[in-house]
Amino acid sequence: MTDRVIEVRDFRKVYGEFVAVDGISFEVRQGEIFGLLGPNGAGKTSTLECLEGLRAPDGGALRVNGVDPTREARQLRDVIGVQLQSSGLPESITPDEAMKFFCAYHKVAPRFDLLDRMGLAEKRRAQFYELSTGQQRRLALALAVAHRPQVVFLDEPTAGLDVATRVELHALMRELQAAGTTIILATHDMAEAEEMSDRVAILLGGRLVSLGTPMEITATGAGLTRIAVRTERGCLNAADGNIPAVSHHIFKEGYDIYFSTDIGPTVSALIAHIQKRGDTLIDLRVERPSLEDRFIEITGAGGHS
Amino acid sequence: MNAFIHHFSFEFRTGIRNRQLLLMNYLFPLGFYVMMGFVMAEINPLFREDIIPAMVVFGILAATLLGIPDPLVNARENGIFRSYKINGIPSLSILIIPALTTMLHLVIMAGIITATAPLLFDAPLPVNWLNFIVIFVCMAAACAGLSVLIGVISPSSRVTVLWSQLIFVPSMILGGLMLPYSMLPAAAQKLAQLLPATQAMNAFNGLAMGKEAAFSPWGSVAMLGAGGLVAFGLAVFLFSWDSRNARRRGHPLLALLALLPYALGIVLLAR
Repeated sequence: MTDRVIEVRDFRKVYGEFVAVDGISFEVRQGEIFGLLGPNGAGKTSTLECLEGLRAPDGGALRVNGVDPTREARQLRDVIGVQLQSSGLPESITPDEAMKFFCAYHKVAPRFDLLDRMGLAEKRRAQFYELSTGQQRRLALALAVAHRPQVVFLDEPTAGLDVATRVELHALMRELQAAGTTIILATHDMAEAEEMSDRVAILLGGRLVSLGTPMEITATGAGLTRIAVRTERGCLNAADGNIPAVSHHIFKEGYDIYFSTDIGPTVSALIAHIQKRGDTLIDLRVERPSLEDRFIEITGAGGHS
Repeated sequence: MNAFIHHFSFEFRTGIRNRQLLLMNYLFPLGFYVMMGFVMAEINPLFREDIIPAMVVFGILAATLLGIPDPLVNARENGIFRSYKINGIPSLSILIIPALTTMLHLVIMAGIITATAPLLFDAPLPVNWLNFIVIFVCMAAACAGLSVLIGVISPSSRVTVLWSQLIFVPSMILGGLMLPYSMLPAAAQKLAQLLPATQAMNAFNGLAMGKEAAFSPWGSVAMLGAGGLVAFGLAVFLFSWDSRNARRRGHPLLALLALLPYALGIVLLAR
């Protein structure tokens, strides 16, 4: 098996006149958690649906674990597991029945342990419509991974989940990753993408506009690094004009906060200034721009992403 | 085989758990049967002779035409078929298993009617049980095929109701359930022969209930069988996994071909 589990080459998808995806290329390596980000209409869903074999691409080449999703549907179903955004189960099916039903079609033994792990032990005989949104999503996730697929597609996996379940789900994702499973994570939750993803791709208007680790992506932006400093005698107020690469400065809750375009010179100058004045450093915090900051900068999406 | 059993088992239980399906599979047909037995048999004593075949045919119409299509449309619109496709559940299972489980519910429903009608309404039992069962199976398959086809071609629940009622209502009026076929005007008789209900009542009369058939009863059985096969075949051909997938293999109007066996029957079996 190749290290590259997912290969997308010049992939294109059009709907009539509308170009949903315009020639994107990327690869996902085995065991990676790969975040697929983008505002609504960016082409995420089209990309996912073509990789999942639900739609045929209009150009380029796709491979999932060496399988062509369009031409080798039978092989694909054993390779992938998909947690759909809409849970996609009949309203009268129970978690127990759904587990037996899907596992039977995958020719594997039912994984009732996953239902317990997903906090559904008490609801195993409840009908699907009786489950809360969070429970429905947890069931969908349990079903997606029950046949131990090599690639798992998660579409907004933590939407509607409480904090404890979210933590449990993240732990399960890490466990799957440790076992060599590749995870494609489509999410609007930037904090989740930054925390969980090894690499992320940001789509915008059907094009790939950024690809890399969350650190790489945040480092390449024009975003300002926030440097908060607190000293014993507050000597920094007078130093504003002498600190290099500072965009602006504020004073808040006992901290001097500098917004820097280049943290190295700024921090060096701040420490030198404190020493020169004979003051004592109490606290120094450096906060890089978050993935969300960078995402907003790239997409210009503001609130609608 | 294991997958088929789990799928069948789940679908069968859905036919009882789901209130709409419980209504169409049992409550509506049995309620109507009891009402007709008490009211119609008083108004027209001759109705006693038809109560078993007529109410069994009514039950089949209700459970299939009013029960099967809507869940299929909802499943497609809610992304359930997409989930099935990803998990390797074949389209044939998606179409055939609801039809088979509905037919099993119909066996129970027909058993209740056949067992109780002689006791409650002094209705005569079939004189040829084997033929009765063969006709029942052919009628159930024919209506299940049409219902699955309606579910496949309907773009929404509202259109589903329209298509289903286009067969259900004429079947009630012209199908020989309430009014004997022989009393219909000639033009209406021709139209009635396009309906599975008319063919089933004709076959029940001529082959199972010891009465005279209006036209070839084995021809009616053949038409029901052929109609069922054509309808299922068209449903499989026209099936699409999701409504956003525009690439259907044929135009939905091709579904009208399901009436072809009945139309041919009018020509071939004319007396």
